[in-house]
Amino acid sequence: MKAINEMKLTVPSRSANEGFARAAVAAFIAPLDPTIGELADIKTAVSEAVTNCIVHAYRDGIGVIYIQAKILEQGRVVIRVRDTGCGIEDVKKAMEPLFTTCENGERAGLGFAVMESFMDKLRVSSRPGRGTTVTMEKTILSKGA
Amino acid sequence: MDVQLTVEEETMTAFLSGEIDHHGAGEIRRKIDEMAQRVRPQKMILDFGGVTFMDSSGIGLVMGRYRLLQSFGGALCLRHVSSPLKKVMRLAGLDRIAQIEDTRPGEKQEGKRS
Repeated sequence: MKAINEMKLTVPSRSANEGFARAAVAAFIAPLDPTIGELADIKTAVSEAVTNCIVHAYRDGIGVIYIQAKILEQGRVVIRVRDTGCGIEDVKKAMEPLFTTCENGERAGLGFAVMESFMDKLRVSSRPGRGTTVTMEKTILSKGA
Repeated sequence: MDVQLTVEEETMTAFLSGEIDHHGAGEIRRKIDEMAQRVRPQKMILDFGGVTFMDSSGIGLVMGRYRLLQSFGGALCLRHVSSPLKKVMRLAGLDRIAQIEDTRPGEKQEGKRS
């Protein structure tokens, strides 16, 4: 499907960029006139994906986070968050609610559960040592419909 | 994001404001725990009235404070939780470990305390 509009954003994996990334994506989809709930869902999902890059993928240093968002026809929004970090050994296990490899940071282990439940579609592909790509989709329903 | 702390008798209240994410959660946690360990409150209220955004870092924040309170027999209460925040909290089942006080219809949400 042809994209009506698209954006790319590249940021270093510093935690200050969590807020910037979700605000940038929110501003990008603003022309679709999302409801407060839809906007909160997308911001939360982006925040989880970007935080995963910072906390997990680049846990030992600073790497680059690649964020891409597309607006397709009929209010479909596709967001991709990619890193070239450590990768995930077992994606299925990583996606289980409450599973976390973080032992000291009070992480709830709910990042993927939030993305999955707040977006319409979630796809995670990863290669250990090469990085992870998270692709999420959500249709913004027209307020007038 | 910011936190203002008050203690009244056995109750400690943390008025949270701004956006709760991984970036800011550590500092908030440190401030709350520092006071909680000193006063060992019977009840802790986390007031989300001024919170404009929260991701699963907020879940970690709530669960961690719940465990701390439990360690000295205190209870945790969540107040002024807006509906997007409630959606995140329900996903984690926080309504099972802490009382979520609903804002009554017509009641003005308490914002940031100066």
